[in-house]
Amino acid sequence: MADEVILLDSWPSAFGMRARIALREKGVEFDMREEDLSNKSPLLLKMNPVHKKIPVLIHNGKPVCESLVIVQYIDETWGPESPLLPSDPYERAQARFWADYMDKKMDSAGRSALWLTGEAQEVAKKEYIEFLKVLEGELGDKAYFGGERFGYADVSLIPLYAWFYVFETLGNYSIVEECPKVVAWASRCMQRESVAKSLPDQYKIYDYFLAVMKKRRAQ
Amino acid sequence: MSKGDVVLLDCWVSPFCMRVKIALNEKGVEYKHREEDLFGGKSELLLNSNPIHKKVPVLLHDGKPLSESTIIVGYIDETWASPPLLPSCAYGRAKARFWADFIDKKIWRTNGEEREVGTRDFIETLKQLEEALGERNYFGGEGDAFGFVDIIAVGMASWFHAYEKFGGFKVEDHCPKLSAWLKRCKQRESVRKVLPDPEKVYEFLLMFRKMQGLD
Repeated sequence: MADEVILLDSWPSAFGMRARIALREKGVEFDMREEDLSNKSPLLLKMNPVHKKIPVLIHNGKPVCESLVIVQYIDETWGPESPLLPSDPYERAQARFWADYMDKKMDSAGRSALWLTGEAQEVAKKEYIEFLKVLEGELGDKAYFGGERFGYADVSLIPLYAWFYVFETLGNYSIVEECPKVVAWASRCMQRESVAKSLPDQYKIYDYFLAVMKKRRAQ
Repeated sequence: MSKGDVVLLDCWVSPFCMRVKIALNEKGVEYKHREEDLFGGKSELLLNSNPIHKKVPVLLHDGKPLSESTIIVGYIDETWASPPLLPSCAYGRAKARFWADFIDKKIWRTNGEEREVGTRDFIETLKQLEEALGERNYFGGEGDAFGFVDIIAVGMASWFHAYEKFGGFKVEDHCPKLSAWLKRCKQRESVRKVLPDPEKVYEFLLMFRKMQGLD
């Protein structure tokens, strides 16, 4: 029986990007449906009644919500010969830790650095740079966060790259100067087809950001 | 049934630490716990083991540190196989992980501080959790067995009494099924050994709130 795989998504979403990358890494054919977040579809509201957010993976009619839950589900359902999570429990815990760290930081510093102004924004900007520096330290001389192989932590973290230009421009700093290893890692990841296809162009994201800012100011 | 040396950097009142202790108890793993002094300053071992978040719980397995309670419980489940805490099928596991995430996002702030929001929001959230439980005895686990989500959720039990006193409501009045589930969980030895006296939790939170200038 052919699998029916639908991804309810929104193209600028870092969380949506994770799901796209994971599906493509596993060679899964899927139907990506763009949601208008100001006018959510009945399908989205039905499939994610608790949070009403994207991404939602719908596999043969059954919904999976929350991007990291989705990535793990994809990893466990398809392509067992190319796992995203390592097999060793300690390494798995480490991979999950870094994905969780990004979620915690994006929830606080990330959001504030983008949408606040003045002193609060300055504080958030510093926190965001600190966050990238922690990633820089963790990466060290490794090719990927998991070591030699592209994996779960990389899938979870690489969507940051799509938003780098926005953060740099807003904050008036250069990420490659602050964190050269992170940028080198990002370029390495972008050479993978799954990533290149799933991450929008940085300038498109910037235009999107400006459009949202304009709308917010008008309100 | 220990596989190596297991140490938990702990705090008696933390629901996040309770998760780890319950999971270890469920698996029959012997461990040492070292109580962190909340007001005396964090130990060197804690700061070295969890330099990023500097928080408890931290599990040290043969000296290797793990942090973030939900991740630690997953690690415990994968390292000591029996009894399994997660369902065996991918979809069941996804549902369990979803509800564990819900509990962290909605019931606790992501940084674990006491939720200073309206009682009404809190009760609404508990109702959503109660709906997820449905008619089952536990969130599961395989089938209707005590499992991952129950472990992630049950630490709430010791804090409810305090919330009820602060908010002037009773969980049982709004969420009888959830209340019954909590009572059921407390009958398990793995849970009973770990949950602190609710009155002691209330006194602690009272003091904590005063220190923070909230009362």
